[in-house]
Amino acid sequence: MSGSGVSFTLNGALRGARAAIPLVVGTFPFGIVVGVISDSKGLSLLETLAMSALVFAGSSQLLALELWTEPAPVLGASLAALVVNMRLAPMGAALAPWLDRLRGLKLWGTLATLVDHSYAMSAAEQRRGGRDAAYLLGVGLMLWAFWLVAVGLGHVFGAVVRLPPGHPLYFAATATFCAILVPVWQGVRRDLLPWALAAAVALLAWRAGLGAPWPLLAGALSGASLGAWLELRRA
Amino acid sequence: MTLRTDVLLAILGMALATYLCRAGGYALFRALRPPRFVEVMLQHLPGPIFIAYVAPALATQGARGFVAAAAVVVTQATTRNLAAAIAVGVGAMWLLGLVR
Repeated sequence: MSGSGVSFTLNGALRGARAAIPLVVGTFPFGIVVGVISDSKGLSLLETLAMSALVFAGSSQLLALELWTEPAPVLGASLAALVVNMRLAPMGAALAPWLDRLRGLKLWGTLATLVDHSYAMSAAEQRRGGRDAAYLLGVGLMLWAFWLVAVGLGHVFGAVVRLPPGHPLYFAATATFCAILVPVWQGVRRDLLPWALAAAVALLAWRAGLGAPWPLLAGALSGASLGAWLELRRA
Repeated sequence: MTLRTDVLLAILGMALATYLCRAGGYALFRALRPPRFVEVMLQHLPGPIFIAYVAPALATQGARGFVAAAAVVVTQATTRNLAAAIAVGVGAMWLLGLVR
């Protein structure tokens, strides 16, 4: 094999799965919250697990559930998932040194498991000289399996406890996003104006009576555009 | 154990949109270099997404929502523990609900 040989072995997948165990601990409470909120929005356990298995992207699931209506908002939920998960698009390209060597199901199946954590772990593994692309799949599958367990437990808990509407526990969803924002913040110079614009546009759209997901979409896209414009002007 | 058609359609729509981001992003960015603006904008997207969700959600809660959110941010920044931050936020909302 040449120096650039990339492999795809069971051993690599198992190494990825083992490396993901500490991450499982971190994502478990998030999964519980998604399960509880899913129950409160009237989704059955089967529907909740189907969403978690097929979408497998926590923040987009939680956000879509927060915007949930009866009947289910097919267009709104899909658009919310598209915008929230757009950040995953460049990650596959960044892992090209591995992915370009894969074909068929190995390539398109592995991509189906791509999440922020498996990308970050695999990028680090790549920098260390790792050549086994199954590592990415291993991390992803481990997170996926425990994601289903956590969301399922949350749903069962929510169904048993039967919280009344407006219970403080439902603040957990908003609290999760507030907490996620903390490590995303990279400083006043980069983030203050874009974030302020995103908040202002979302609030204006919401006050104007626009339904979900439009305040979210308008706020997110205007804020990110301002951020990009400011950064490119400085460069 | 129900699986309603409208819910299933919404789930499939979300799944398709998400797979498009995962796989389509790889395919597209390998085939053609995205404009620099798009590349930088994607890097900036996460913060504004969550802010744009959180701002109206907190506004519906009034002042106590913002107090609880501040408690969450402080806890996350000091402990870097997501579970602790969520628990503090829910606890703060519960306490503030008693005060009212």
